[in-house]
Amino acid sequence: MRETYRNERKYPFCPGCGHGLILDALNRALARLQLDPTQVVLVSDIGCQGLGDQYFAVNAFHGLHGRSIAYATGIKLANPDLKVIVLMGDGGAGIGGAHLLSAARRNIGLTVLVFNNFNFGMTGGEHSATTPEGGVTATTRGGNLERPLDLCATVAVNGAGLAWRGTAFDRDLPDVIADAICSESFALLDIWELCTAYYVANNAWSRKSLIESRAALGLAEGYVHRESRPEFAHTLHAAAAETTRAPGLRPAPLAPQYTSALDRKYTIVLAGSAGGKVRSAARLAAEAGVLSGLWAAQQDDYPVTVQTGHSISEVILSPDEVLFTGVERPDALIVATGEGRRAAARYLSALTDASVFFVTPEHRDLETPARKVVLDVGASGRGGKKQHALVMLLAAIRLLNIMPVEALEAAIRRGRRADVIEENLAALAHSKDLIKSCLQNG
Amino acid sequence: MRELIDGATAIARAALDAGCTFFAGYPISPATPLLLHMIRELPAAGGIAVQAEDEIAAISMCIGAAMTGARALTATSGPGMSLFSESIGLAIMGETPLVIVDAQRMGPATGGATTPAQGDVQFVRRGSSGGYPIIALAPDSVAECYTLTLRAFDLAERFRCPVFLMTDKEMFQSLSTVALEDYAHPPVRDRAVAAALPPGAPGLRSEESYLPWRFDPIDCPPPFSAYGGPHIVRFTGSSHDEHGFLTKEPEKVGRLNEHLWRKIEDHVGEIELARADLQDGSRTLFISYGVTARAMSKAVTEHRARGGVVSALTVQSLWPLPERLILQTVAALSALERIVVAELNLGDYCAEIERIVYRWAARNRLPAPEIVGLHRLDGELITPAQFVELIL
Repeated sequence: MRETYRNERKYPFCPGCGHGLILDALNRALARLQLDPTQVVLVSDIGCQGLGDQYFAVNAFHGLHGRSIAYATGIKLANPDLKVIVLMGDGGAGIGGAHLLSAARRNIGLTVLVFNNFNFGMTGGEHSATTPEGGVTATTRGGNLERPLDLCATVAVNGAGLAWRGTAFDRDLPDVIADAICSESFALLDIWELCTAYYVANNAWSRKSLIESRAALGLAEGYVHRESRPEFAHTLHAAAAETTRAPGLRPAPLAPQYTSALDRKYTIVLAGSAGGKVRSAARLAAEAGVLSGLWAAQQDDYPVTVQTGHSISEVILSPDEVLFTGVERPDALIVATGEGRRAAARYLSALTDASVFFVTPEHRDLETPARKVVLDVGASGRGGKKQHALVMLLAAIRLLNIMPVEALEAAIRRGRRADVIEENLAALAHSKDLIKSCLQNG
Repeated sequence: MRELIDGATAIARAALDAGCTFFAGYPISPATPLLLHMIRELPAAGGIAVQAEDEIAAISMCIGAAMTGARALTATSGPGMSLFSESIGLAIMGETPLVIVDAQRMGPATGGATTPAQGDVQFVRRGSSGGYPIIALAPDSVAECYTLTLRAFDLAERFRCPVFLMTDKEMFQSLSTVALEDYAHPPVRDRAVAAALPPGAPGLRSEESYLPWRFDPIDCPPPFSAYGGPHIVRFTGSSHDEHGFLTKEPEKVGRLNEHLWRKIEDHVGEIELARADLQDGSRTLFISYGVTARAMSKAVTEHRARGGVVSALTVQSLWPLPERLILQTVAALSALERIVVAELNLGDYCAEIERIVYRWAARNRLPAPEIVGLHRLDGELITPAQFVELIL
């Protein structure tokens, strides 16, 4: 039987300060529950209450202002069986508001004791998120104009398992703290108390003022909220334990099995539209290159609004390792759509008479010193527009004789979905016919 | 055998191979792919991955989890690194093993969200109050993204401090070909764990069975004990004594702060990594790191193929500054007249090279080589041609 969870150190708080009362209540709650001290972590915030963890013979974590709930979340997620208790002031609740809301929404099993004395006691009595309207503080000398934050209502409406409001003088505080710890939910206790150094002095407050002020603000007392929701940390661990998916991140390696006649670094830029399979087409070409013993690299460019506008991929193929991936002048440029055309201006203007420019009939008006190859990819009506960029890229690679068609087919067959493989094989066949008609037309 | 892979995938794979058990992150370009990989893969590997409410929460959760025994990882880019700043200081003070991936993008502010840059080099070193040292590694290939991630976890465990992996948008998101044999697998050692002391051992308080912050000797990280383990542990971001109690006693505060820098600065030899590619008779030495070092290698290959002579040094461990390796390289080149330091920033590392090379020259009564910064800030990579132009 452990009678106390306190150590021998004496509290450092001002005479009349409520912090010691709350810590004593916490000690009684721990003694009632007879928790193993190595399985309890007190996470304290910044402010006078942040000194509190040092007076207990359990684990302690004292971090930065307002972040106590975030540290506590990490501790609970790493070991859901620990009893994690957060000590924070009204200041920490204010600056750490996003963490407070998120923790409530998750219903992560933390017990949060808010030492609410309506001002910043450690730094000189400045106003906080819970200072009542009209409250005089070092930074609201004419009276506070901001509405105080209703902590309990806020966490209650956002999914907390338990919310309670009372004062440091309440005799049942140890019971409520023990109840909160046992609830295995996000439990917030808004504990009102007196800061004798500042708030009491500036506002002529007394113990009675706590009750009067609460009534005047129309805030509920006692158990404000209680609901049963799954606890976040345990739920995540249970879900992880049931995860049986095969490890990803390790696609089947590419075994070079074909040969390429390419004797220098060669860059192809494919310019099309969002949703036009530009990136996947480029990846297919790059993989086919690797299967042909080449070194490939690919960079993509597209607007942040991913389902609209251009999509451009640069594919670099080289007999040697590709060390520099900047593309100043592509060897071949493929323009598959109007959006691709607009976004490819800088590549187009860099082309020389040594470059090759593949283009659909709609965009054959583009002037360039490059050798222009018009691919009437839409003429046959096969495959649909979505396949045009891929068909043009496959046709270009075949016309340029960069790698054997078997490598392209092998890369297509590496796909995971049978319907996509079929679609892409059809594109490969389409590219063959396109080349034929292109050559016939000179 | 080869594969086509991006840096984010290589880093995620290495994190799993390193035994990473906790990831918390927040979406930001170009670091998001790592968040997605970890959310998808970590649970199957027995770990926990979460999207936090902001970057401050992400790194704070990682610190809490790491002190509960997890191997923790987070990732962000410039604006998120700004939000990490206060917690980086906490991880330094609380001696928290933590790997932070910085997929650098162009700054300042929102800058270029999908533009490669190397502008966070001084930011990670000096971006937290107090100016205490951290470790930062910079892979220059996708294969090295894998290798140096393993190394980052090892160093984080060994030195109990945040370790940064400095990449960029280009390395992180672009696909390149990697030969499988180029993945090196350095070991990831476990952090030293505290043994129980007999009850009543000298210096112990009644509730203690070990001293969480005893540095013995002063340059040695203290053995670790996780929350929930056999010992009661006190962690604090404030100046503390060996029990973890707040203290203002100058002797104890001074000893703590000396420990925090000496545990890294006295062990540079265990951390430093650089790859020298030297050629006798070189009048020019290139120094670079990360994605820019790739263009440097290309320039060296091209120049030598044309019969030219030039040397290059790729720095893989940016912090602590690998002064010995850099000066050793400089000293080895007897004909050296010019050092070119190339980076996608305003000269973050060039200033460090100038400082140590000028001091080295003065000490050895030698004329210092000319030091030329090669910088680019328009969102494009430094080209091999830009390197070649500067060769003497």
